Amino acid sequence: MNALAASAAPAIDAAATKELSHLDWLEAEAIHILREVAGQCSRPALLFSGGKDSICLLRLAEKAFRPGRFPFPLLHIDTGHNYREVIDFRDRRAAELGERLIVRSVEDSMARGTVVLKSPGESRNKHQSVTLLEAIEEHGFDACIGGARRDEEKARAKERIFSFRDEFGQWDPKNQRPELWNLYNARSGPGENMRVFPISNWTELDVWQYIERERLELPSIYFAHLRPIVRRNGLLAPVTPVTPAQPGDVVEELQVRFRTVGDITCTAPVESSATTVAAIIEETAVTTISERGATRLDDQTSEASMEQRKKEGYF
Amino acid sequence: MSASETLTPPAATTASANTIAAATPDSGLLRFLTCGSVDDGKSTLIGRLLYDTRGILADTLHAIERTSQKRGLSAVDLSLLTDGLQAEREQGITIDVAYRYFSTGTRKYIIADAPGHEQYTRNMVTAASTADLAIILIDARRGVLTQTRRHSYLAKLMNIPRLVVAVNKMDLVGYDAARFEEIRADYEAFARQLDIDVRFIPISALNGDMIVERGDSLAWYDGPTLLELLESAPAAHAAGRARHHDALRFPVQYVCRPQDSANPELHDFRGFMGRVEAGSVAVGERVTVLPSGRETRVREIRLLSADSHDSANEGQRARAVTGESVTLLLDDEIDISRGDMIVGPDNAPTVTRRIEAMLCWLSESPLDPRRKYLIRHTTRESKALLDGIDYRIDINSLERQAATQLEMNDIARVSFRLAQPLAVDTYTDQRATGAFIVIDEASNNTVGAGMIG
Ligand SMILES: Nc1nc2c(ncn2[C@@H]2O[C@H](COP(=O)(O)OP(=O)(O)OP(=O)(O)O)[C@@H](O)[C@H]2O)c(=O)[nH]1
Repeated sequence: MNALAASAAPAIDAAATKELSHLDWLEAEAIHILREVAGQCSRPALLFSGGKDSICLLRLAEKAFRPGRFPFPLLHIDTGHNYREVIDFRDRRAAELGERLIVRSVEDSMARGTVVLKSPGESRNKHQSVTLLEAIEEHGFDACIGGARRDEEKARAKERIFSFRDEFGQWDPKNQRPELWNLYNARSGPGENMRVFPISNWTELDVWQYIERERLELPSIYFAHLRPIVRRNGLLAPVTPVTPAQPGDVVEELQVRFRTVGDITCTAPVESSATTVAAIIEETAVTTISERGATRLDDQTSEASMEQRKKEGYF
Repeated sequence: MSASETLTPPAATTASANTIAAATPDSGLLRFLTCGSVDDGKSTLIGRLLYDTRGILADTLHAIERTSQKRGLSAVDLSLLTDGLQAEREQGITIDVAYRYFSTGTRKYIIADAPGHEQYTRNMVTAASTADLAIILIDARRGVLTQTRRHSYLAKLMNIPRLVVAVNKMDLVGYDAARFEEIRADYEAFARQLDIDVRFIPISALNGDMIVERGDSLAWYDGPTLLELLESAPAAHAAGRARHHDALRFPVQYVCRPQDSANPELHDFRGFMGRVEAGSVAVGERVTVLPSGRETRVREIRLLSADSHDSANEGQRARAVTGESVTLLLDDEIDISRGDMIVGPDNAPTVTRRIEAMLCWLSESPLDPRRKYLIRHTTRESKALLDGIDYRIDINSLERQAATQLEMNDIARVSFRLAQPLAVDTYTDQRATGAFIVIDEASNNTVGAGMIG
């Protein structure tokens, strides 16, 4: 018989009976992954956008490496269409931590001519891939740590925690490295690259619960605030200088919050009165719409669009 | 009948799932794996679990309703929820391990969804490597098949602590208790050979009987529902908890030496960072460093707590248990680097340059006995040469055969000679220190998975 669990246990002293909660377990796994990156890769970087997932990553990096410095710089690929509050938060947080922040912008790639927009109004979101690959090449990064989660999207559900990208930054879903136990293989050749996702196994709810438990500070737009909005295809499109109202649009002033804070042109807020993390957790636990479904203005069109973008080098 | 009409969840379930999901009490996290032959209903079962525990959100549901209608199906096909990649959607089969999540409010679950086709032994081995429990699906009409035996053998090989045999499609055999008992007897006869601990349950994934709800059709069955079995199964860290009296295994991942000259506290700081893979460790305890064999005591254990924000002295702990990622400070200045292992004073692992193991070959290019490979064991890597293949297992008959090379999906008993000594346990004793992967240095690919013993 193979009953190694409860029955086999001798009397356990009080200190040892401390149960790991699901957050403890997720945290321990993520710290282990971050340390594997530090142990196996020679030039890693951590993608930090000022968004909630990467804020969790920073906290996990503190837990993994303090009192030492992080063994990697922070990297942000800025589309130039981000909310001011988020960019300010990004800069302040990096300064508070005393860690190096590298910002590379899609606008620089446009100036270089490596990013060409089909029209001036086209979303710059998908062009981040180009700027990211340029930054990887410039700095010789062999691993980029990101805050993507497997619950976000179908294509991600099959992605490895250590996800290999070829010279063109491409993900080949049919040719992934087997990933067993917690034995991660971060080896890559020149020009190739690993993408590493320490919070792969977290859900949106886990992220919010961790933010609450660790009392992590967030950019203000994650909490309910008044904002001019136009309703489009069942989503709330924010009215901003980058995304002005079109003729015939009805602009409403609504109380909203962002569930995710990406590029202004493709991230929609949701109606909410949640002004605290606890209230957001309450709403997240009972929501009926997935994070991406409720908030993405760009890729609702196709079930397969994320997979397509990842094959092209997207994060 | 429109697709959406068939899938209105019972109002009461919805409400109660909502309220429990909002609460956060915690019996931790359970990782499980589903295995079955093609069309036994794996995808439907996972879809059902997600759906009945409210793990599926409305927009996702609408997307699969649209797809079901496009394909001309009369009801919503819950199996579409787990069809991930474009290539799979085109072929209508699952080709790689996918991970799914749901939570009951008391426990978080990670499902590894491994396809059951013959050629995908490696996927099941991969999914099984992190599982605390396996659900083996049997089609009630077809009974115990070769694949059932294969899945059970692999579950045993991968040392999954608990197996649940779910006899599915009970609706298609008229919910017949005798048929269920017949399958159970068949399975038990064969399982005795394998020495595994099994629970049996009759279900209909399609109708949702005995998954989350009991349903009305299986009144003769008085055991727990599938979800109840999952809720009460020992989780990874609970299993670990029962084993805290096991000897400590702490592979060093990273050495922290801030060498901050401005801060005297940090000047001599040397922290050994890693995860407690087995046992537990307390301040003041004696430990041994392998492979050097040097002894010392634990001076401090650190993990920043929720309240501590990065001053050098915060986050001190008296003790750390299995599963926790911490930093150890030691009494004596010993030369320790990544790849070394800190262990308890008793019951030390074996330090060896030769290992015997069961090996599952994962790569399309066959194992080449003349080539050097790289073996990664815990945080240590060593060059390795194949010393011999004892036998290969015929995964269908479970018989041993002679072999001179290994192809993808082959499982064999082998031995390796190593350039570096490794500190090993048998895989049945400790998964973390008994497992290794084989890496092809030319392609950098992971090509094999080994279980020492
Ligand atoms: N009548 C009945 N049909 C079922 C049941 N469970 C699954 N099915 C049907 O059996 C077929 C196969 O189910 P899937 O869930 O796709 O099977 P699978 O094991 O995931 O197969 P692969 O994804 O190809 O490995 C589908 O048509 C399901 O609707 C059940 O309990 N009763």
